[in-house]
Amino acid sequence: SMIRKSTLPPQSRHTSIKAGDYVVLKRGDIFKAVQIQPKKKAMFEKQWFLPDTAVGQLYGSTFDVAPGGILQPRKPKDTEGSTDANEAGTDNRHILDDGKSQKLTRDDIEILKGQGLKDQEIIQQLVDNSSTFRDKTKYAQDKYIKKKKKKYENTVTILRPSCRILAMMYHGREPGKICHMRYDMLAQMLTLANIHAGSKVLVFETCAGLVLGSVMERMGGYGSVIQMFPGGGPVRAGVESFGFPAHFHDTLHEFPICHVNALLAGTLDTACKDPPAGRAQERKVKLEEKRKKLASAAALLEGRNADGLVIASRFHPCPVLLGLIQFLSPSRPFVVYSQYKEPLIECFTKLKERGGTVNLRLTDTWLRRYQVLPNRTHPLLLMSGAGGFILSGTTVAVDDSKPANSQRAEEPAAKRQKVDGR
Amino acid sequence: MSFVEYSDLIQDGDVAIVYLGPESMMPVKVKQGAQTQTRYGVIRHSSDLIGRRYGSKVTCSKGGWVYVLHMTPELWTVNLPHRTQILYTTDIATITMMLELKPGAVVCESGTGSGSLSHAILRSIAPSGHLHTVEFHQQRAEKAEEEFKEHRVDRLVTVRNQDVCKDGFGVTGVADAVFLDIPSPWEAVRHAKAAMKRQGGRVCSFSPCIEQVQKTCEALVDQGFEELSTLEVLLRVHDVRTVYLPLPDFGPDETAPQTSVALKTTTLPREMPGHTGYLTFATKPRT
Repeated sequence: SMIRKSTLPPQSRHTSIKAGDYVVLKRGDIFKAVQIQPKKKAMFEKQWFLPDTAVGQLYGSTFDVAPGGILQPRKPKDTEGSTDANEAGTDNRHILDDGKSQKLTRDDIEILKGQGLKDQEIIQQLVDNSSTFRDKTKYAQDKYIKKKKKKYENTVTILRPSCRILAMMYHGREPGKICHMRYDMLAQMLTLANIHAGSKVLVFETCAGLVLGSVMERMGGYGSVIQMFPGGGPVRAGVESFGFPAHFHDTLHEFPICHVNALLAGTLDTACKDPPAGRAQERKVKLEEKRKKLASAAALLEGRNADGLVIASRFHPCPVLLGLIQFLSPSRPFVVYSQYKEPLIECFTKLKERGGTVNLRLTDTWLRRYQVLPNRTHPLLLMSGAGGFILSGTTVAVDDSKPANSQRAEEPAAKRQKVDGR
Repeated sequence: MSFVEYSDLIQDGDVAIVYLGPESMMPVKVKQGAQTQTRYGVIRHSSDLIGRRYGSKVTCSKGGWVYVLHMTPELWTVNLPHRTQILYTTDIATITMMLELKPGAVVCESGTGSGSLSHAILRSIAPSGHLHTVEFHQQRAEKAEEEFKEHRVDRLVTVRNQDVCKDGFGVTGVADAVFLDIPSPWEAVRHAKAAMKRQGGRVCSFSPCIEQVQKTCEALVDQGFEELSTLEVLLRVHDVRTVYLPLPDFGPDETAPQTSVALKTTTLPREMPGHTGYLTFATKPRT
């Protein structure tokens, strides 16, 4: 339904950090998701600190980590560079890289740290004690300071979680947990599956809940999401990190895949049964809860009118797709992610044999980042290959009357396919 | 039908997609009494479309058939009438995630162009968000407004015919995200900042040329934007094919039965994906 159930402002509308909030810590390109809990320590980048000392401050603020792990807001002027008026050289023809330019030893630096010097002050000390600094070109000086900042910076930024941030975090920290899905691939999936408010979406994922949470974010608490899960129970750790308002969870259902065949055959019994005698009251209540959840998910599924299907798991995608596609209405998108290409080739082939799909496409994306600085603009890494593959398509009415091989062939002929307009 | 909400049955007034074959689709405005010519024959809207389920197979007058698909922004992007160069789904998907678009978001966009990105934004921010889109070309602005109305999304969007570099977006302090696809985005950065909420938000500028990117980054830094990131996303489409690899004939050999092996694999197009534009993202901190 499109009617908003709650008018409470979600965490995403708070501008200041509150106790209990799920946040993401950031330093440079390193992220970590934590929950702000009173007096609870968090470890980030080899440092212990107390996130709850940031409560009351604004999201997006950057903090210095003071002794004891206390977070102190960093003043904007503290982040200015210190090389503006310095002299600089023209090239490095006379600069000897003998490791002896820096007069401060590691012990000296430790002493300075112990004296409570801030990171900018330490960096200034390093600059002052470098015999070659003033001979470096201006660009080399900037690069030197940037490098030192990265090493000595003792700050952390606290961000509101979002699909974008969490996807980058997981990809950087624990790619194995998300089947090595790169964040631009997740972006493609969410758009190709036409995830939007008010629809009914099926999700099967083993990506720690990142994909599920991303789908939920794009649905905004409207419509319903049914998590199809393998094994004993759905994994949703990643969903918590999004910090969704409570009412979002009203839209989230789960269905164990071990009952898919029964549901498709119409033999799944979700009716209330008399509990066996002698069971403890607590256990009865739990079983009844479980039965209710199963029944409500089954009710959403058995109409076979879901609006979208998103699959991203370590399981072989073929049987998952062929099983779950049966729950979709005709003319609805489906998207399957796999770390590997070959299983998706198999999916493609099997779907062709089965019929009932159009616009099948097997794609991957390459992501290239750029350094953009005056006279120093150039590409950085090209992220390709290790980001996974996507098979996408649209369902159509399955034709029972004609044999499958009379379907209009979709394997493209020699003519070039229309790719992004070219 | 709506661009922002699914429906099951084809109705009078819908804009649907007629699927004729791979890489062969056309948009159709469904209308009582109307007809659409296809290479498989005529489709009569009243009898063949209206009341049928989306996704159905429709037989045309010559006996051939087509499928009728429910509109999505992605299908619209590859079927819309071009009035300008448009953004394609690969970039649109990246922009949607990196600008953190979701239901309820308020977005400012310029230029509107042919409305490819606009429709995708509307899909992502419905039902509670709003799009303020600015187009300096009068006819294009009018055409866009017409289309939004026809596509039943006009309640979610405001089109303004003005120059964003001079007059901004027409709103201040309301946007969660701003998108720029104009020749001189650096001239609009201060307007982007003004349009955005005090508490902050995300901005994106799309430019084909690196010189534009450099100037825009400079302007973003000057205006106090943070977390600058310039990237490009390239799509590769893998064509699934069966290829036949001949086996060598080394002479009589009982154990080698065949003359060739069939292999199911993928091939890539002759020309690798080209360049559309650079995407520069940044965050506006709280001001």
